Amino acid sequence: MMLQVKVIRSFISVLRIRRLLLLILVIPALSHAEQWDIEQLMVELAQVRSSHAYFVEKKSIAILTVPVESSGELIYTAPDHLEKRTDKPKIESMILDKDTLNIELSSQLNSPIGNQTSSKNYQLQLHDYPEIAVFIDSIRGTLAGDLVSLQKNYQLSLFGNADNWTLSLKPTNQKMLAIVKCIEISGAHNAINRIETNQTDGDNSVMLIEQKTTP
Amino acid sequence: MQHIFEKGRAAIVLWLIFIISCGIIISRSQFTTDLSAFLPRDPTLAQQLLLEQIHDGLASRLILVGIEGSDPITHAALSKQIAQTLRENSAFVSVNNGEPVTAERDQAYLFNNRYLLSPTVTPERFEVEGLHAAISDSIDLLASPAGLMVKSLLPRDPTGEMMQLLTQLNSGNRPQTVDNTWVSDDKSRALLLIQTKASGDNTDAQQVAMSAIQHAFDHATSRTPESKLLMTGPGVFSVTARDTIKSQVSRLAIISIVLIASLLLLVYRSFSALLLGFLPVISGAVAGIAAVSLGFGSVHGITLGFGTALIGEAVDYSIYLFVQSEKNNVEEQQNWTKRFWPTIRLGVLTSIFGFSSLLLSGFPGLAQLGLYSIAGLVVAATVTRFVLPHLLPNKFRVQDLSAIGLTLASLVKHATKLRWPAVLLLIIASVILVQHRTEIWNDNISSLSPVSQAEVDLDTSLRADMGAPDVRYIVVVSGASQQSVLETSEQVAVQLQTLVDKGVLAGFESPSRYLPSAAMQRARQSSLPDPITLKTKLAQASQGLPVNDELFKPFIVDVNTAREQALLEDDSLDQTSMAMAVDALLIKQKDHWTALLPLTAPEGIDIDTIQVNSVLVAAHLSGVLFVDMKVESDNLYSGYLNEAIVLSVSGLIAIIGLLLWVFRSPMHVFRIITPLAAAVITTTAGLAVFGQQLIILHLVGLLLVVAVGSNYALFFNRTDNLILPRTLASMLFANLTTVVGFGVLAFANVAVLQAMGVTVAPGVILALIYSAIFARNTHV
Repeated sequence: MMLQVKVIRSFISVLRIRRLLLLILVIPALSHAEQWDIEQLMVELAQVRSSHAYFVEKKSIAILTVPVESSGELIYTAPDHLEKRTDKPKIESMILDKDTLNIELSSQLNSPIGNQTSSKNYQLQLHDYPEIAVFIDSIRGTLAGDLVSLQKNYQLSLFGNADNWTLSLKPTNQKMLAIVKCIEISGAHNAINRIETNQTDGDNSVMLIEQKTTP
Repeated sequence: MQHIFEKGRAAIVLWLIFIISCGIIISRSQFTTDLSAFLPRDPTLAQQLLLEQIHDGLASRLILVGIEGSDPITHAALSKQIAQTLRENSAFVSVNNGEPVTAERDQAYLFNNRYLLSPTVTPERFEVEGLHAAISDSIDLLASPAGLMVKSLLPRDPTGEMMQLLTQLNSGNRPQTVDNTWVSDDKSRALLLIQTKASGDNTDAQQVAMSAIQHAFDHATSRTPESKLLMTGPGVFSVTARDTIKSQVSRLAIISIVLIASLLLLVYRSFSALLLGFLPVISGAVAGIAAVSLGFGSVHGITLGFGTALIGEAVDYSIYLFVQSEKNNVEEQQNWTKRFWPTIRLGVLTSIFGFSSLLLSGFPGLAQLGLYSIAGLVVAATVTRFVLPHLLPNKFRVQDLSAIGLTLASLVKHATKLRWPAVLLLIIASVILVQHRTEIWNDNISSLSPVSQAEVDLDTSLRADMGAPDVRYIVVVSGASQQSVLETSEQVAVQLQTLVDKGVLAGFESPSRYLPSAAMQRARQSSLPDPITLKTKLAQASQGLPVNDELFKPFIVDVNTAREQALLEDDSLDQTSMAMAVDALLIKQKDHWTALLPLTAPEGIDIDTIQVNSVLVAAHLSGVLFVDMKVESDNLYSGYLNEAIVLSVSGLIAIIGLLLWVFRSPMHVFRIITPLAAAVITTTAGLAVFGQQLIILHLVGLLLVVAVGSNYALFFNRTDNLILPRTLASMLFANLTTVVGFGVLAFANVAVLQAMGVTVAPGVILALIYSAIFARNTHV
């Protein structure tokens, strides 16, 4: 899947360069037209219809004595389906579909018969939890390349270039700002490789992402 | 002579007194248009529940509103403005459009009472191991996006009771939102769910509520010319049904009166004859309404609609009197009385015998029609016989109809030649009936509903948008007290949960979820350890977890508060959205309580009712009933359809019995019955050919065909073998008025009225023709 995306992407960039050359020849004054900016990034991101990746996440939470480290897989299908399947330290899954967030946790029970796994399900309607919704939209909006939706809740700034960019999202809403200070999403072209969340109370999480290439 | 006049005066005075008293009764009568007339008088327990839900259950008080036609942003703004206006109106208990207006109060109720409400509060959970597992789960949740919310709760609620409660409440589909307001899946429609204070069968109050919603929409500042307001729900249905029945009945009445009056005027060529001819009709109609009002306490709109059709039948008697008594002097009238009255009296009697079977119906609507017909026909005939002759002016005379009569007579002479073709037609009709025998009856209760298909479709579509499917499966718990039904509900919930875990059910609701029984609340309180014990256990439970047990000091305080807090009662829920749920699911009746536990089927599959039943039976709980509302309502109707068939057949037997008793000649009775049976068979076959499935009211129509047609058959089979041309003319006109009266009903939009119209109008024509064809060789 990713291979295909990459091929298409390089094909598109070849086309773009050709068009660019043409433009330079015809109207030299417009040569600055091809400038890499946030819109450009969004267009590129929006081209990804689905992706599958590995992640490693480290959360530092003040009320916990040690950071929580976890790893697993991420599956995204445009425009609003996102799955986070954690393998370590415990199996859990988090499926976001439209407005519904489903969290399934498994817990080990030590019983006389042996170790048993039971699972626990939580279902949240994002619409009931605006702060969580806004937070999730930062990631989902970036994945979908939905600039309008991102700008609704965040002040955006972009650093770097197409090969190595960082998009910084700062909440505009006061209520949200009381919880999340800023979210930084980094990537190369249309592939996200790092998400860092800094909470206002000092808690922080860093997620490293590596695209799974189709064999 | 003097004697006759005195007798006449007495009759007129009595008649006037009678009419005035009927008028007084009617002025005090109640008129209804709800569907209760079509629901049984002696329901079973399950049917009782169905009826209560239809009458005043929460479902009956819900109005579903859709806003469409513009863009989603405009819809959202309109939704908020309408909701804001309506929330200030005391006629509405709640106005939900997705805005989190009660969210804070809801969360406060859940959070403050979490140790009384959460089903996971058990003694084991507050042992070291239970605490360890619960805290461990909460820590896992911290690492998820939900952690944003859970984090602040952890010190006070490390066992995650709040999350437990929220998850439980949030199960089930809810609509998508735009700008915090509910929208349909394709976002083309904004949705509101409104609960009225008045019950669904209070049609006046529902109408007021509907106009308040319309008014709020009309005056919303964001309204654009394109935006459209849609409303549906049981209350809306009863309002539109009433409007439809009202407008239909009054329009049909006017049309049939005008048509019959013009026809009579054409025949009589005399206004006084026309007015006098209507006297028995009006008397009959007034008596019918008064009788129904006295007998049933209220008069249904359908009965009135039926009454307009009966005008065409009752007017027959005066036609017979005017046309058959040739010269209008006293002797001639006495002659009529002697010669024709016995035949008409027998006709009236057959009608009464036919309709009296309807009186026994367990279906108030049918019984009303029966009583109305009997009272109306008896009074119309009596007035024609005893009052009308005295009111006729001295030189009263209607147009001479002998020319028409003679033409008819020559036709009738040849009619017998049609016997064999008629027999052939009958055979064909019988074959058609046999072929259609399986699909001849419509046993769907909705076939009786005065609600149009378009309205039903809108309702289905809005319901689907809301993600609120019809509640079909319900476990009903009844008991003597609120506490006893709550306790039983809790036991039922345990059983149902096992089915949810097995995937037989997607979920279920229970009032005990929001308001646990006092016993359950006390049990949960006693699961909570005292502060010192809890502190020790927490210290042990935190071992191996990345938390410091010092963090949980607020938890120890909260648990201690919960141990001593007052138990939750009805009013604890006030001002929360859960109050509405409890209100709907926990119902107080006169002397007993009912709890409803609606079940949700897993997506795409039906509920395995056998499993549900067996689990409930195995639990040996008393006062628990599993109800499939759809099956119940279908059974209800097919039960009544079968009953109506039995009653109609017994009505027919009663008529035959009466005729046998009068004539004491089976052959003679056979001659009278043959044309009537032929008319019934041909009419039914005709309906089947045109794809009309029969409902109860077709059956009543067939009974009417027999009742009206018996007059014709009796005239054609008089024992004196003599049928005068003017008798033929009177029958033709009597027949035409009946056809007009019922024919007009055939164009009604109300299914029950239409059914009667399409049956009676062709039926009586056929009855007249068959009577002529199968008549004994008559000397005309």
